[in-house]
Amino acid sequence: MSTRTLPLLFINLGGEMLYILDQRLRAQNIPADKAKKVMNDIITTMFNKKFLEELFKPQELYSKKALRTVFDRLAHASIMRLNQASMDKLYDLMTMAFKYQVLLCPRPKDILLVSFNHMDAIKDFVKDTAGILSLVDETYQQLIEMYTPLSNGEFQLIRQTLLIFFQDMHIRVSIFLKDKVQNSNGRFVLPTSGPVPHGTQVPGLIRIFNCTGEELTRLQFSNGGNYTSALREGSFEIFGDRVTKLGTNMYSVCRPVETHMSGTSKTSAQHTKVSAAPNPLAKEELNLLARLMGGLEVEKAGNAESGFRVNLFATDEEEEEAFISRPDELSYGVINIQATKDQQTNAELAKIMGEFTEAEDHSPCSSSKGEDLLSMMDGL
Amino acid sequence: MYHKEKSIQIKNSASALYNNLSVLRIAPRRLTYFTVVHANVVNMVSSSWDGLNYSHRQLQSKEPNVATSTSLIMQAAFCVLPSRDLLVVTSQKGIQMYESDGSIMVYWHALDTPETPTAQAVFARGICAVSENYICVGVSSGAILVFDVPSKGSNITLSEELEEHKESITDMASETSGSQECIANLVSADDEGNLCVWKSGEEFQLLNKIPGFDMSCTSAKLWKGIVVAGYGSGQIRLFEAVTGILHAEISAHARWIYSLDIAPFSGLLLSAAEDSYVRVWHLALTPETNTVEVAHLHNECVTDTQICGAKFCDGDGYAFAVTGYDLSEIIRYVQS
Repeated sequence: MSTRTLPLLFINLGGEMLYILDQRLRAQNIPADKAKKVMNDIITTMFNKKFLEELFKPQELYSKKALRTVFDRLAHASIMRLNQASMDKLYDLMTMAFKYQVLLCPRPKDILLVSFNHMDAIKDFVKDTAGILSLVDETYQQLIEMYTPLSNGEFQLIRQTLLIFFQDMHIRVSIFLKDKVQNSNGRFVLPTSGPVPHGTQVPGLIRIFNCTGEELTRLQFSNGGNYTSALREGSFEIFGDRVTKLGTNMYSVCRPVETHMSGTSKTSAQHTKVSAAPNPLAKEELNLLARLMGGLEVEKAGNAESGFRVNLFATDEEEEEAFISRPDELSYGVINIQATKDQQTNAELAKIMGEFTEAEDHSPCSSSKGEDLLSMMDGL
Repeated sequence: MYHKEKSIQIKNSASALYNNLSVLRIAPRRLTYFTVVHANVVNMVSSSWDGLNYSHRQLQSKEPNVATSTSLIMQAAFCVLPSRDLLVVTSQKGIQMYESDGSIMVYWHALDTPETPTAQAVFARGICAVSENYICVGVSSGAILVFDVPSKGSNITLSEELEEHKESITDMASETSGSQECIANLVSADDEGNLCVWKSGEEFQLLNKIPGFDMSCTSAKLWKGIVVAGYGSGQIRLFEAVTGILHAEISAHARWIYSLDIAPFSGLLLSAAEDSYVRVWHLALTPETNTVEVAHLHNECVTDTQICGAKFCDGDGYAFAVTGYDLSEIIRYVQS
């Protein structure tokens, strides 16, 4: 539907990922310098110029599978490693958190404020590193340029596109259940109380006019809820008070990140595959992936010692258990790209990507190159 | 005033789209058809009035002659014409028209989709039947396509393209009171809140333009010459169609309104929004003073649900049905 959805989806999911990883790095007592390197590497890759250029082009949303693959790559952009079970859990948490934020946004335009909350936090993560900071600032500019002129109808279309992407996802998240923002059936609580959105009146008034425009009568009705007047509007500039708490970091060291797998299979079985594309990755999605991999700095084999594994679960046994017992219908079917493991293959891949980049400028139709890259990946 | 009845289960959950429920009452066969859109699928349920028989059908938005395609559906709506009923499905790729039971596709109209995606999305949205033989469909560019529909067969033709709106069409409605006195018989709404009022014919005539308040009008109805419009601000406004005079303004909902419906015989109005509420109102026209009376009658709260479709199941408003985002059921309410 909306061709301007992908940047918001990516940045917000990326932001949630960083919140979770930051919490896990601290919970597992990873040395500060290593933890910082991981965060910096991931953020640098996320805001890679060529990658963002590709991201901001008008395009349809990626399939769930393709987007998950992009985040797999992103999570492994540094010396940190995640097992399949931990990566699955990380992605579950990221997606449910953003689904919650999109649903609870009082106005569709507030999704931009949520994005700015994520951006503000990312900026804070890298505030000591000038180089990465400037990448982040440039991205603020791009977001402001692209999104602030949009009408509320266009924002609602973006929101509707995101809601289709998140349709039928009801994974229970411990922190949401504890805070009573999610029910035990996995559905989010939608309060019928609190401030109305900016630009909306508290429901309850009927005004009748005559044909000259004079107000004849006023009638009140009971709205059934417990609403209050709107709060002030959040800032859509690079700096400012966003007002909404949606998109801010809800994790801290003492609030662990857990998901519940049981009881979700009934609803997820009804999920219809939206994408009917026979290829696991469409050509457009491949562009983005190629750009992302191009931005990766691969650690040489000699530095294997500095690499470490992060666990999204409390113990290794729990992680193993989660991997074994994950229901089939909830598997993301990630395409395994071995690029970083095999240096020789990586060199070949890099060569092809190099060709891919150059050829793109000359030929109007780059589809054949896309297919080459795809078949190359299939052969890995 | 109303109480909840047994829900109808549907094969997929409803997507968050405006006016995402269409109802067709087939009295001779004592059946009611319902359609609910889920991404690229239309879920159809045929429900017998005794509540004993349900049959399901799914329509995919695959246009003919294209091997692989996925295209999201924006809306599905029944169009009732004197001679026949059709089911119209609009998507990102084009417009499909089916026999009302969804069994055969009788017509396909492709939209001009650009080869590489553009910043402005392309889709069709806003469907209604007008007078004897027209079906009108809105497009994201703001254009309205007018199709001429013969009393039977598939010789449907594009008769006219109305270009008045500059923003994407959100909804369209025809005069439902059955009154021959009303000059205006079509209203169209767009993403900026602008409303256009038309008179149908070989060449459609623009009778009036009611400017918006830079706030999307997501659902509109036309009854006894009154335009009833629901907005993203949660407000409902009633205008005299041909003059644009504002009759009434209601601060009706705390979130975006997604659906309005009118029961033409009784003047009942149904409004539904993302705020989980469905509200029932009564409209009464006083011709002597040219004013409208609006009374609030009833609220229903569908807990933890953002409602995306609400329709009366009959012309008196004796029963109504509701759909919500992520809900795999059609909830029904009946007058007590």
